[in-house]
Amino acid sequence: MFPYIPHTSSDEQEILQTIGLNSIDQLFDDIPEDLRLRKPLNFPTSKSELEVRTYLKSLADKNCSLDDLTCFLGAGAYDHYIPSVIDAIISRSEFYTSYTPYQPEISQGTVQYIFEFQTLICNLTGMDVANASLYDGGTAVMEAALMACATSRKGEIIVSKGVSPDARKVLKTYAHAQKLTVVEVGIKDGVTDAEELEKLVSDDTAAVIVQNPNFFGVLEDLESLGEVAHKGKKTSFIASVSPMALGILKKPGDLGVDIVVGEGQPLGIPLSYGGPYLGFMATKEKYMRKLPGRIVGETVDVDGKRSFVLTLSAREQHIRREKATSNICSNQGLNTLAATIYMVTLGKEGLREVATQCAQKAHYAFNQLTKSGKYQPLFDKPFFMEFALKSDTSPDEINRALRNKNIVGGYDLSKEYPQYENAILYAVTEKRTKAEIEKLASVLEGIK
Amino acid sequence: MKDYDKLIFEISKPGRKAYKLPPLDVEEQDLGAIIPKEFLNEEKLDLPEVSEVDVIRHYTNLSNKNYGVDTGFYPLGSCTMKYNPKINEEACRYSGFTNVHPLQSEDCSQGSLQLMYELQKTLCEIAGMDKMTLQPAAGAHGEITGVMLIKAYHEKRGDFNRNKIIVPDSAHGTNPATAAMAGYSIIEVKSNKNGLVDLEALRAAVGDDTAGLMLTNPNTLGLFEKDIKEIASIVHDAGGLLYYDGANMNAIMGHARPGDMGFDVIHYNLHKTFSTPHGGGGPGAGPVGCKEFLAEFLPVPVVEKDGDRYFLNYDYPNSIGKVKDFYGHFGILVRAYAYVLSMGSDGLKKASEIAVLNANYIKEKLKDYYYLPVDTLVKHEVVFDGLKEENGVTTLDVAKRLLDYGYHPPTVYFPLIVNEAMMIEPTETESKETIDGFIDAMIKIAKEADTDAEMLKTAPHDTIVRRPDETQAARNPVLKYEG
Repeated sequence: MFPYIPHTSSDEQEILQTIGLNSIDQLFDDIPEDLRLRKPLNFPTSKSELEVRTYLKSLADKNCSLDDLTCFLGAGAYDHYIPSVIDAIISRSEFYTSYTPYQPEISQGTVQYIFEFQTLICNLTGMDVANASLYDGGTAVMEAALMACATSRKGEIIVSKGVSPDARKVLKTYAHAQKLTVVEVGIKDGVTDAEELEKLVSDDTAAVIVQNPNFFGVLEDLESLGEVAHKGKKTSFIASVSPMALGILKKPGDLGVDIVVGEGQPLGIPLSYGGPYLGFMATKEKYMRKLPGRIVGETVDVDGKRSFVLTLSAREQHIRREKATSNICSNQGLNTLAATIYMVTLGKEGLREVATQCAQKAHYAFNQLTKSGKYQPLFDKPFFMEFALKSDTSPDEINRALRNKNIVGGYDLSKEYPQYENAILYAVTEKRTKAEIEKLASVLEGIK
Repeated sequence: MKDYDKLIFEISKPGRKAYKLPPLDVEEQDLGAIIPKEFLNEEKLDLPEVSEVDVIRHYTNLSNKNYGVDTGFYPLGSCTMKYNPKINEEACRYSGFTNVHPLQSEDCSQGSLQLMYELQKTLCEIAGMDKMTLQPAAGAHGEITGVMLIKAYHEKRGDFNRNKIIVPDSAHGTNPATAAMAGYSIIEVKSNKNGLVDLEALRAAVGDDTAGLMLTNPNTLGLFEKDIKEIASIVHDAGGLLYYDGANMNAIMGHARPGDMGFDVIHYNLHKTFSTPHGGGGPGAGPVGCKEFLAEFLPVPVVEKDGDRYFLNYDYPNSIGKVKDFYGHFGILVRAYAYVLSMGSDGLKKASEIAVLNANYIKEKLKDYYYLPVDTLVKHEVVFDGLKEENGVTTLDVAKRLLDYGYHPPTVYFPLIVNEAMMIEPTETESKETIDGFIDAMIKIAKEADTDAEMLKTAPHDTIVRRPDETQAARNPVLKYEG
């Protein structure tokens, strides 16, 4: 017997009799004999829950949990505090064991929180419409670029090297398949090189993509970059933004951005070795019927009662098949709920307070770490909660020394940017304390 | 609290808070002194103000408006709504899994890498494939990853003329959408009267422009494509490759393997076959497996093992690149591996047996009341074409009436080749009593259709909302709360 299969052997017999078969084996008689697998699958047989738990716990324990370490690593995934209300709600099985809300009558819980999510994302970004989420920040950048190409019927995408390397790689993978051109614009003094961008933008440009704060944590001048981007005819200006930074930064919608995307992991989603996270997308109204993914709208039922439904599905694969705006068929469901709860739990004051604390602590850390001159800022530019420092010591050596003191150091920028040798990108969230920052500074000072 | 109808914005009250942060312990500077004013938003954020109790009550009330597998029977065809084991949920929350940064050094993530490696090996064995990537985030994402492998294969051979992907007319909508997104045009081949791929139509469709064929087996009618070996030869002889859509893998685990049937690349839906929760729409996971000759094109990094050490291998010069950030939906992979360990090779085989048994049981019990286009042995699901009697009652009406009886309806109006399709997939995790209850309700509804059609046309009668107006929602879109 298996705990997840309720049939007793007499149930099986009864059913076999009803359908007129003598054995379970006959259920597979439609599979040609030479394709039948006549040997057991080559891995262990079933285990008890106790054995499964012991084994998986042993695997988890082989990892170094940040519960026991102090994390200054970011570069696209951040160690923010996650309020306990989130797991309390997303652990409710009415949410996590349900499917995509195809039957609105018994899915109003899901469709309503998606509607709330869309509203919250629109309000934070200053945009008109948002979808119900995408896989992650990287695929959201890619979907935005494809949407810009589809709406403008053009095939050239310009992307700043300040956009996360993973997002640019995803973009290139898809661009190759669709025979679109991706042109990268360089970094000057830590920000997108506006002069180079101006030379690149033409009427053939479907999209210009930047990230804010960019991969180096530096703030980009979205308004000016947008003006340059819009010199192209029907060119979409796309910004991938940190939702946490929107706690204090100007809304992209007020800065000329046409399509806002981003990674929602900072909004109450655990690091979890890279996923599942949450991509979001918000746009001006003109893109509404071109958006990829699920969208929820408000309507009324036969009794005139306010209700919510999946809508504008004429964009989607199950209706439009090969003419769909994207092949995406799911959203990030439960993570969308987590981010929704995070945004309402922190609310009007809280999100600003968390973002402010991140900025304050990061700047305090920056001052402490650069005090002696041993570590120097890679860029002299305003930043939010991440900054890059260079030194004469290799990142490997620095991170080993930190690790010996139970600190997870920053990201070695030379992995993706060979020109920035011996440069490390540090992230400081609201979780870090003054004492932890001072310990980081003192260990760094002590490295020979 | 059935009547609770507020949006979170409507219970907001200035001054309420649901959070408390530690006091800032570093010397506070004027924000404008550390970030130039031109970057800062001077206005208050447009977010609600609620207490923690408000948050919990609000979302608990919303949860009560939902129906999940834990609530009751969910025979949604093609979605494999099996029970989501609770050990899965516990294991993915171990601190060593949740609190690990993806860019921490490999020696800090040996446990995660080992789990991924072992899961890859198991998934390869079940499908009869050689190599696996766990990077794709969902089924459709797996599809496009797999189709890109096919594309990379042809391109590496210098064969740039293969610009078409063939899909049967019974395919999931994601198949043609995926192929189009991967830069292909689509040729649709008709099914024959038995609901299977028409071999003659396929022969006529293939040529030197064929990149590949995407196929689900068993197909979306729940029927095993018994001519699969011939289908494979037709496509392979034309120079194309075979893609296996793993949506229906729950039908054949331990009984037949796509790799043995001639498929070159497959995706799984871990949220279907491997019991990870659907989460109201996601996150899922869509691992992709392939034969050795396609492995060089897999997205990087690939999780590999060297001696006792697990590592992320980026050294794949012919890789299609990355398809998402980092390495995949790790939290979902933990759940799937917990399931694989719990069920084992014997349990997974058993799961498919009972899933198939249950689908055939429902077919047998309902075929006198609902029209069965092809009466033959089915695999894990059965598709009816509406009610047998003509009484003006549609599949939609039956589905809505099922809500009154406390069941989640089947998938309706898919596959598209069956006009009044109702696609029923019971899975293996339902007891005979549960299935009998559902069968009784379906029969009752068929009888109601004869005696009181109007009552069915106005169903459901017992839900918190009733047939929300979808036409109005699309015509005058209200996509956010405006106050």
